[in-house]
Amino acid sequence: MAEITLRKLSVRFGQCAAVDDVSLTIKQGEFVVYLGPSGCGKTTTLRCVAGLEQASSGDILFDGRRVNGLSPSRRNIAMVFQFVSLYPHLNVRENILFPLRARGVPAREIAERLAWVTEVFDLGAELRRYTRALPPGARQKVALARAIIRRPEALLLDEPLSAIDEQFREDMRWELGRLQRQIGVTTIYVTHDQREAMSLADRIVLMNDGRIVQTAPPNAIWRDPDDIFAARFIGSPSMNLIPALPVESGLRLAGSQVVLDELRGVPDWVLAQGRPLLVGIRPAHVDLVETDGLPFQIEHNYSVGRERYFRFRIGDLVCQGADPGGASGQAIRFRPEGLLFFDSGSGRRLRKGVRP
Amino acid sequence: MSLSTKAVERLTILGLLSPTLLILLFMVAFPFVSLIFYSLHAFSAMRPARGMNPVGLGNYEFLLSDPLLWQNFVFTGKFVLLCVVIQMLLGIFLGHRLQRNFRGRDLLFTLLMLPMMLSPVVVGFLWKYMYNSEWGLVNWFVSILGFDKIDWLGRADAALWAAVVADTWMWTPFIALLATAAFRGIPATIYEAAEVDGASRCYIFFRVTLPMAAPVLAIALIIRLIDSFKQYDLILALTGGGPGSATETVSFAVAKSAFTYFYTGEAAALSVILLLIIIGLSMILVRHLNRMSERR
Repeated sequence: MAEITLRKLSVRFGQCAAVDDVSLTIKQGEFVVYLGPSGCGKTTTLRCVAGLEQASSGDILFDGRRVNGLSPSRRNIAMVFQFVSLYPHLNVRENILFPLRARGVPAREIAERLAWVTEVFDLGAELRRYTRALPPGARQKVALARAIIRRPEALLLDEPLSAIDEQFREDMRWELGRLQRQIGVTTIYVTHDQREAMSLADRIVLMNDGRIVQTAPPNAIWRDPDDIFAARFIGSPSMNLIPALPVESGLRLAGSQVVLDELRGVPDWVLAQGRPLLVGIRPAHVDLVETDGLPFQIEHNYSVGRERYFRFRIGDLVCQGADPGGASGQAIRFRPEGLLFFDSGSGRRLRKGVRP
Repeated sequence: MSLSTKAVERLTILGLLSPTLLILLFMVAFPFVSLIFYSLHAFSAMRPARGMNPVGLGNYEFLLSDPLLWQNFVFTGKFVLLCVVIQMLLGIFLGHRLQRNFRGRDLLFTLLMLPMMLSPVVVGFLWKYMYNSEWGLVNWFVSILGFDKIDWLGRADAALWAAVVADTWMWTPFIALLATAAFRGIPATIYEAAEVDGASRCYIFFRVTLPMAAPVLAIALIIRLIDSFKQYDLILALTGGGPGSATETVSFAVAKSAFTYFYTGEAAALSVILLLIIIGLSMILVRHLNRMSERR
């Protein structure tokens, strides 16, 4: 199990920088999830760690040892790919044993380790079958078994669950989390699915346009996003961002006469300069109240079980709220602890006491 | 009385299929049946007046006790074995080299395919001139390398190799073509997975590339096996079966008895023997091929 360090890693394809100056240290045994929209550079970063892609500049270190020039086969990492990449001409057993056979592991040890992964993944009944006959979920299980059987320095997972049915994906996700904790292997997991990221990660590395936007534990990134990209990308339904302008008595929300007087989170210098900003509030922090609320008209609402979702309009902007209690008020209240403020030019988070 | 819909449907199907069925009947079934019929009779197409005299398995008996025919079989066996092995090895090697994209690949590919597009007779004559012991290109190279000139087509052992080389020159591109296609059909992620799994290049080639290309390569093998087994025209042009009858393949013997001596019955019997051998060989391979594709 290794500690993996990326130092100013960049990968350029021609003019385009797929990965742009990424630095990060992944601790031994940590489960790190790279999260971001497609094309953000998360998979390229992963492939660099695997050695399938060459860094244009910067270093990759395993336990402080630079591995840039090493071929994938000499890095002792294991990888599970998005699209199943099992060997179709081999049965499940031989697929799982491939990495051991390729390295010439002695027969007795092969038998021991096979028994171990067979038990961990409950694959006993499938060993003799060919992989094409298996459902996608089971195939990915075989790929995982093949990955961990040789006790790699690190486990790299490139959207391993995205090709699996919704129902089975959930099970696999739990299974994967349990397994990683059990064997304690340093893991990098790439996904665009925030639910996977939230449920699996020790730390989420949020990427956009080849750069790291924010690195934080799942709850911290939800509670405390660094910029509007992080704010909008994490959380579902996504955060409302309402343009606002400081006025005498508070923040006037754009397109309306409503003035927000809850200013605890706004730095003084922003108010003093009268800079336009964005008020962020998650739907979960928008409550319905009977009286004393903001006077927005609720346009549409529906319920899923006990959750109630509704939409309202501030000027032209459509906002969303979610009321878990099923309250039935007609006015809206923003919970003060849920209010976040962002600079409307740079999109960076404005924090009290921090001046960029 | 009117026909039911089902009957009409059946008649329509039969009507639409009948041209194909008739052609098949006349082109395949009829010749095949008559071949077997002739093989059981003493009959010469040149002397129809002597008529058809049923001899049972007499033709077969005669053929199988003919030492000259056994010699033909031995030569054919050697020829087929050498051709198929050399061509498969060379073809797989070339196909592997050619699967990557590089500058001039398309041009090189086209040039490599040229021999395959020539007529076997042309190839035979081409090599006949190159093998000429006095002024042929091959012996020119041999003498440049400081060896004595070799009478390529005048010695039985040399003539076998001469024929193998000519056939290999012509047909290796075919294997290379199929092998390249098979290799290129293997997804890149499989190779990436194998690399990450710690396999060396050599291990990947023998444990991933070759087995995954095996079904296509097996088809190439079957085609070459059958084709070289019935090799006739190239050898006819190259050696004319000589020296003596040292390079006569079994097909050569068929042609000779059918169209030189006009022992039609005997030739038919020999054709049947040849057919059985080829069917037997292909069946082994086809069965193997089916087993391979069943699991995928």
